[in-house]
Amino acid sequence: MDDLLADFLTETNEGLAALDGALLKLEKAPDDRQTLSEIFRNVHTIKGTCGFLGLSRLEKVAHAAENVLGKYRDGSLKVTPEGITLILSALDCLKSIVSGIEAAGNEPAGDDGALIAALDAAWRGELPATPVTAPAAVVAEVAALEEPVVETAVAPEAEVAPEPTPAAAVPPPAPAAPTRAESDAEPAAATPAAAQGQGTQAQGAPAAAPQTIRVSVDVLEDLMTLVSELVLTRNQLLQLVRARNDSALTVPLQRLSHITSELQEGVMKTRMQPIGNAWQKLPRIVRDLANELGKKIELVMKGAETELDRQVLELIKDPLTHMVRNSGDHGLETPEQRRAVGKPEVGRITLNAYHEGGHIIIEIGDDGRGLSVEKIKAKVLAQGLTTEAELAGMSEREIQHFIFRAGFSTAAAITSVSGRGVGMDVVKTNVEKIGGTIELRSVEGKGTTFFIKIPLTLAIVSALIVEAGGERFAIPQIGVVELVRASGNAEGAQIERIHDTPVMRLRERLLPLVSLSRLLQLEQEAAEPGKDEGFVVVTQVGANVFGIIVDKVFDTEEIVVKPVAPILRHVTMFSGNTILGDGSVIMILDPNGIARATGVGADGPTEEIAQAAEGPRGARSTERTALLLFRAGDDTPKAVPLGLVARLEDLPVESIEHSGGKTLVQYRGKLMPLVSMSGGWVPPEPGRRQAVLVFNDRDRAMGLMVDAILDVVEEHLNIEGAAEQPGFLGSAVICGKVTDIIDCAWWLRQAGDDWFRQSAAAHTPYRVLLVEDSAFFRHLLVPGLTAAGYEVTAVDSATQALQMREQGASFDLIISDIEMPDLDGLGLARAVREGGAWQALPMVALSGRVDNERMRLARDAGFTSYVGKSDREALLVTLRECLAATTIA
Amino acid sequence: MQTEMRPTPKARGGAPIMPDSAAEMFLTLTVAGQLCGVPVLAVRDILAAQAITRVPLAPREVAGSLNLRGRIVTAIDLRRRLGLPPRAANAPAAMSVVVEQGGELYSLLSDSVGEVLPLRADGFAGNPPTLDAVWRDVSRAVHRQDDRLLIVLDVDRILAIG
Repeated sequence: MDDLLADFLTETNEGLAALDGALLKLEKAPDDRQTLSEIFRNVHTIKGTCGFLGLSRLEKVAHAAENVLGKYRDGSLKVTPEGITLILSALDCLKSIVSGIEAAGNEPAGDDGALIAALDAAWRGELPATPVTAPAAVVAEVAALEEPVVETAVAPEAEVAPEPTPAAAVPPPAPAAPTRAESDAEPAAATPAAAQGQGTQAQGAPAAAPQTIRVSVDVLEDLMTLVSELVLTRNQLLQLVRARNDSALTVPLQRLSHITSELQEGVMKTRMQPIGNAWQKLPRIVRDLANELGKKIELVMKGAETELDRQVLELIKDPLTHMVRNSGDHGLETPEQRRAVGKPEVGRITLNAYHEGGHIIIEIGDDGRGLSVEKIKAKVLAQGLTTEAELAGMSEREIQHFIFRAGFSTAAAITSVSGRGVGMDVVKTNVEKIGGTIELRSVEGKGTTFFIKIPLTLAIVSALIVEAGGERFAIPQIGVVELVRASGNAEGAQIERIHDTPVMRLRERLLPLVSLSRLLQLEQEAAEPGKDEGFVVVTQVGANVFGIIVDKVFDTEEIVVKPVAPILRHVTMFSGNTILGDGSVIMILDPNGIARATGVGADGPTEEIAQAAEGPRGARSTERTALLLFRAGDDTPKAVPLGLVARLEDLPVESIEHSGGKTLVQYRGKLMPLVSMSGGWVPPEPGRRQAVLVFNDRDRAMGLMVDAILDVVEEHLNIEGAAEQPGFLGSAVICGKVTDIIDCAWWLRQAGDDWFRQSAAAHTPYRVLLVEDSAFFRHLLVPGLTAAGYEVTAVDSATQALQMREQGASFDLIISDIEMPDLDGLGLARAVREGGAWQALPMVALSGRVDNERMRLARDAGFTSYVGKSDREALLVTLRECLAATTIA
Repeated sequence: MQTEMRPTPKARGGAPIMPDSAAEMFLTLTVAGQLCGVPVLAVRDILAAQAITRVPLAPREVAGSLNLRGRIVTAIDLRRRLGLPPRAANAPAAMSVVVEQGGELYSLLSDSVGEVLPLRADGFAGNPPTLDAVWRDVSRAVHRQDDRLLIVLDVDRILAIG
């Protein structure tokens, strides 16, 4: 292939890739003149070059498309979705011809008569009555070799994939173009096909990079290896010089070190590409998928600028595409199904990429129907993959993981898009081949999210060298927030214990701790159990912060990350190993693996964490809450919001009776069940009294037995730490001490299972929207409201509430906090009353303070009613009144 | 101390013997008194005592990792792998026979390493039925070697841990 043709192919491929995106942009904004001009220009250039090179087939198609675009550009023809689809199919035709040229060196034979006729008809103004896209797309989920798809004399992509990779699906072909090759024609994938070592661009930015040069990948690889070795040697030199203290060497060595670092950075940059490159094609694929399946799909891509190694990028491109198609095909429901369950019509597929602890995490999630555990179970049994007995013993997660088995697919019908059951296992294999892992999280009815974690294997990272249990380890600097010296004496940070779990109070924040030597089962020097000394490495994983207790800390070094041998890959604590300057091999810790092993909240999907803003950073209430402090069961103080407690009682122990296995007391003419906070409740000696916190719900009461009531304080409530035991929302620092916050709803339920059973609802439950930015108050209100028989949806900001209105969610009543960041309750009320679907809904304002002035402001803004936050009774009464009023009205 | 591999055939008698085309060359090593053989072409290096870093939470057959000219080698303790008693405390340190599998380097820790021998094809016999189960799993064949029996190890099966 001569150079001219090769250049043309690369340029044209880039142009076609850009055109895809531009056309989709145009579809959304048909009057965007700039995009239109850009599109026209691109096609015009392609046509021109084709003509120059004598590629007549290309030229004819491009010419026909250019005509239509010309009419769009000067406004004599209106841009319609059908028109766009037609142009897109012309693009596909061009792409396939181009890949044919790449493979064979000249244009494949073929007849585009039908396509050109359609384009000309469009040019004349007659648009096809039916959409041009015929649902005849064939997906090559295994190598193109398997699919009997090639219908031209040219055999294009069959030779591209040396090993089975899930090739991305083919966009729907234009009708009656039987001689078109239907194999995958991604331009970028074609580039490796053109790789007779041809090479890649040094800069892969989709936006027109000003100057580029093409370099072979092998050259870059060699460069990378050499630089790695240089870094290691430099480390060795540094170590030797440090030991010798030879001043003559110090200065030149420093300079050498500096240059080496810069060289390293530079070479790394050549290999790194933004993941957005892999995502370029996805909007188009999603659009075509949506059309084909009759669904409405929105694709959200976050973190497109996250960079990763080029080779890794190539390898995950296909798995990603496959998973997106899966989400669209299996995950998301049709608009009618979504409406029926109260979801917005438009299904959303979210892609999110970010760096974390020396890895790249890519999330692919949808808000569709989630994985059906029942269906999986049925399929698994039908295929004989396991027995009923084994299934019964499996956790939901393990059952969900069956989808990664070869040949597995619960899709009832094999559509052309997916369902052949060769998908997820190939994805998993491909991901693991590059040393990555794939995880999934799914909630039936809500959606599914996959997490692909890929190591930056070729990275040279900065790492902190620590020692624990007599062995040295490296912790990637990127996750380390700070280092704290934990001394046994009172000065400085102390390691405290809650239920035998070590924690540390750090600047008003509660930090869960993990002992590295214990975690790795290393022999520890017999340390006195009471004395916790050493260093705490404060690490951040996602939104969670925790501390790792180590014995010694050495220094920070630049290390070359080498992947662990396959035999050791299952040990999730390690993300690799490396060779230090002194020649010794040490393991590199993976904070992610540590967090997961110790349950420090690394399991929660990031979206929820981001939205709920929970975790150690705390659920902050901006107001001071009155809290009742008491002691029950052990020495840790416990707290409950005073507003929830009806009464404090001191009951004579003789009045406490036992009946039917329950503890009861005669109280105000009724029998009140008593619940003990700790399992082994011992009644106090006769003659003494039992302290009880009485909770009320309408006409029923429940008593929580406590050891002693300590105090009533007013504090800002910041709940931190994951709640490890049922019955507790978490811990907080109250009056300088670590205090457990109890979960009232759970304790109330202990008093009797029927506590929350509502009187037979004569009507479908009312739907209530709760807008409250404090997670604590959401926790407080939602169970109570649900118990009262309402169907509650909670959001944490007014903007989100308004978004739900845009998406078509409907409710019977809105409860909103007043004091919220950004858009506050008053603003929300005004926005709702201005117009739109919710204009006539009753709105109830919640606030920590109840006074006339605020009530007036709220009423003026549009609120129907105003209630104090901790007054649950008043809230329920108000809700009943408001909803009764609407039914009458 | 490192010894480079040179596949020079040498028979017991000392006179060099031209390997006949039917013979394969094997490196001999001893584990707990048992003579074993590994195909010479599979061996990358032979090392004397090395500093081995323990890998916490690794399978017990993995003794740890060591550094070989900048590459990390995973050390497999053959005694543990084959269910044999551990080395005596005062015994000389283990020798490493470095092999490669799937692009990764592994070192088989054995008590001592012997010569490279050609083994005649007709001297091979299948695994005797009385062979211990663990040995049978990793043994490709046995070979009569004068008065001793040599077990030919299958490197891939040895490395199939966990």
